Amino acid sequence: MEGVPPFGSPNIPTTAPEGGEVALITSGWRLAAHEFFSNRLAVVGLGIIVFFIVFCFLGPIVYPTNQTLTQPLLSDMAPAAAHLLGTDDNGFDEFGRLMVCGQTALEIGFFAAFMATVIGTLYGALAGLVGGIVDAVLMRFVDILLSIPLLFIVLILATRYHATLISQSLIIGLFSWQAPSRLVRGEVLTLRVRDFVTAARIMGGTRRRLILRHLIPNALSVVIVNITFLIADSILLIAYLGFLGFGLAYPTASWGDMLGNAQDAVSSGYWWLVYPVGACLVLVVMACNLVGDALRDAFDVRLRKR
Amino acid sequence: MSAPPATSVLEVNGLSTHINLTRSVVHAVGDVSFEIKAGETLGLVGESGCGKSMTGLSLLNLLPHGGHIVEGSIKLSGLELVGLPERKLRTIRGNEIAMIFQDSQSSLNPTMTIGRQVMEPVRLHRGVSKHEALDRALEVLELVGLPHPRERFDDFPHQLSGGLRQRVMIAIALACEPKVLVADEPTTALDVTIQAQILALLDDLEERLGMSTLLITHDMGVVAGRTDRINVMYAGRIVETATTYRLFTGMRHPYTQALLGSIPSLDQDREKALYTIPGLPPDLAPPPSGCRFAARCAYATDECREHEPPLDGAEGHLFACWHPVDGPIERLPTIVPPESVKVPIAATANGRHLLELDGVVREFPVTAGIILRRKVDSVKAVSGVTLHVDAGETFGLVGESGCGKTTLGKLIVGAELPDGGTVELEGKRVFALKGRALRRARRDLQMMFQDPYASLDPRMRVQAILREPLEIQKIGSRQEQDERITTVLREVGLPQTALERYPHEFSGGQRQRVGLARALMLDPKVIVADEPVSALDVSIRSQILNLMRRLQLERGTASVVISHDLAVVKYLSDRIGVMYLGKLVELGNGDDIYRRAAHPYTDALIKTIPVPDPAVKRADIAISGELPSPRNPPSGCRFRTRCPRAQDLCAEEEPLLRSFGPGHVAACHFPLQAPGEAAAEAVADGDPE
Repeated sequence: MEGVPPFGSPNIPTTAPEGGEVALITSGWRLAAHEFFSNRLAVVGLGIIVFFIVFCFLGPIVYPTNQTLTQPLLSDMAPAAAHLLGTDDNGFDEFGRLMVCGQTALEIGFFAAFMATVIGTLYGALAGLVGGIVDAVLMRFVDILLSIPLLFIVLILATRYHATLISQSLIIGLFSWQAPSRLVRGEVLTLRVRDFVTAARIMGGTRRRLILRHLIPNALSVVIVNITFLIADSILLIAYLGFLGFGLAYPTASWGDMLGNAQDAVSSGYWWLVYPVGACLVLVVMACNLVGDALRDAFDVRLRKR
Repeated sequence: MSAPPATSVLEVNGLSTHINLTRSVVHAVGDVSFEIKAGETLGLVGESGCGKSMTGLSLLNLLPHGGHIVEGSIKLSGLELVGLPERKLRTIRGNEIAMIFQDSQSSLNPTMTIGRQVMEPVRLHRGVSKHEALDRALEVLELVGLPHPRERFDDFPHQLSGGLRQRVMIAIALACEPKVLVADEPTTALDVTIQAQILALLDDLEERLGMSTLLITHDMGVVAGRTDRINVMYAGRIVETATTYRLFTGMRHPYTQALLGSIPSLDQDREKALYTIPGLPPDLAPPPSGCRFAARCAYATDECREHEPPLDGAEGHLFACWHPVDGPIERLPTIVPPESVKVPIAATANGRHLLELDGVVREFPVTAGIILRRKVDSVKAVSGVTLHVDAGETFGLVGESGCGKTTLGKLIVGAELPDGGTVELEGKRVFALKGRALRRARRDLQMMFQDPYASLDPRMRVQAILREPLEIQKIGSRQEQDERITTVLREVGLPQTALERYPHEFSGGQRQRVGLARALMLDPKVIVADEPVSALDVSIRSQILNLMRRLQLERGTASVVISHDLAVVKYLSDRIGVMYLGKLVELGNGDDIYRRAAHPYTDALIKTIPVPDPAVKRADIAISGELPSPRNPPSGCRFRTRCPRAQDLCAEEEPLLRSFGPGHVAACHFPLQAPGEAAAEAVADGDPE
């Protein structure tokens, strides 16, 4: 054999690194984003959500309406040029009302989902990481909460109180963090025995660090997907609450209150008080679900490494 | 292996298989031709991703989603299989061509009893009554050596061990007496001792049934003694094909040469570096032009990069290379440790060893109940292990899976705490410390993991991964940390551009380098490397082994290398401990273990390793049976249930470690060597001097 080949030498070559160059340049998030945007339904869903945010929060500037002074003379008018979607019992412009009530609906939906996620994530991460008896007790508590019917509580509350934006979000938040906590706990249970967590423990990492630096970031994709579904659920729940009478105190209102107030509008033939707000609810909830589904697929793709 | 008869059972001609992905097409198999004669065993070897499994799956048209045969022909006894309608193919699959997969756990249906799974192909293809199928199933289960097939018939797959499951898989494949058996990595998931049993079974069955076998594997040792002919695949192409003996002794393709040269052998000179193949196999979507190996080949010229060499040659030895080599590599470069940094192996000043384990016990409780977890039993993972490691020394730990070696590794770095006994570093019981002192002490004991993908946080960039140990230990300012990261990264042979990358953007070998770098960040006194190269491909394995060997010599860090691969352990270690079912059964230097083994288990373990040399005659199966459950280890000597030399004494009395020479101890009543002079004093601490 002529000439010993240049490789196989144990000395580090000075030019090219021994381990070879790194070829791929793609961050996990970028890959996921790429996958997300190649899903048409997801883009439609995102578009609908963005549209409603703009519609509800910027709409009133372009299309200012009276939403505070009752005008009995104008009540229950059919759609016309002056009032695009007619007026309700109090003579408020229905189109403008969709915007204003949409604001509260979205605010409560996002806030409740956010709260449920934060509580659920921390609770689940703690239960999963500590394990043992603590885990068993924490999760049995979740089981107990899940066995209390929300509607029952709401009906009792509705007989005495009117809700505020905060109390309504709190109620919804308190009744929806259990699902994410179970989800995160399951994720943490598989993550905590992974080698990188062991590695951090061997380095002397504290439990706080393990949760905040390793477990939660890695469980995040599950949580993010769940947030979108939580928002959808929360917006639906607000509708239930409003419909059952645990609505917001006058003059604030949400889409749910609008539906609740329109209960007898159907029999009176005032369709414009029912269908537009119903359509808004359906569209927003559907859009959230579309985005959630697409996010789940996108994160899966990242994990599949291709 | 008789002289191959002239008729060929399976003829594959110009087979090309593509896999359509969302955005690209992978040319997984390109222009592959081979034939298998009746009763012949053909080996198909190559690294992962070279298309060998795809070739096997193409034969049965069981390709994954998006995969399809583009051109070529597959003839089974003259019948063309390519383009055959699915209905016809179904009568051939499992009947005339059968397949054994690597992972018996996922290849068997968990909700069906094994008996019914063996009956299934018989019922489908033979059209026999239920009763006849049952008889046939019992017959094949007996044939593959499943103990008490009638009692096991109604067992579910999870009730069987890995080795027995693989026997059931083979029984299913053989139930209809196929003409061709495709065995895709049939023993890769198994332990060496079980691997030897399964391979011997396959050999025996081939001979008795006259089947032709296509043996697909990445392990040159497995094909060496078992095949008549070997095809070497690289990047979807067959690059060399020859009779087994010719391929091992007079290979012509540089890839074959490098592949064989990069495997550490048992008689590997520890002073020599291993042969390595630089870089990675090419991406096949689309494949590179010219010779596909050119980018990694030492002999490549412009001609190689432009024109693809044809598969050519004479007398049944074909190879695709413009600049063929002639036989195996002869000279290997010697590792020259820099004299200035070479640390002598020594006990520390006060006569203590750097790391001392004394009677360490770890038992995992088996619990029942949800809230009140009653302890019903325990898994005895480590039962009283005593050993020591000196500064600058590398201690190797070998044994089958389930013998407790990984748990012992975790005990050393404090990822697990012992239930009994002590772990002392420089005479201090470090894991009895609390709070800040414990954190400080952890600096000195770091770990390198088996699976480089699981051991790096997928959400952190390499920079953050390497900074983490320094952050936790609060060492240095940010700038000093950056400098340290840069230095260590260079030491493990990674480019600075790696810092901004996420783990999933690296190849397996590069990830393992990052893992090693992280273990080095704190400059520990002892590094525990748990199966450091088991998850890597052959060509990458030698790169990492060379790197570890070089760092050992340069830094003089003491290390504990844990592996089931004895060649790897021997190459890296100064002293070796052999574990069996939670006990250390033998301890000595490389030659003590490999040439003068005193314990029958050590001896059997060495004999069962498949050696990549067809001239080496394989010994008969040295160990029968399987590892007993660590929940109820056998009384007395734990190895007695599988030991050929066991006598009544072994069941009654547990053997103590006895000396067989300086630093060589073994725990056996009836050893293979005469005990040394120090035998009288039964040494417990593993070092008679």
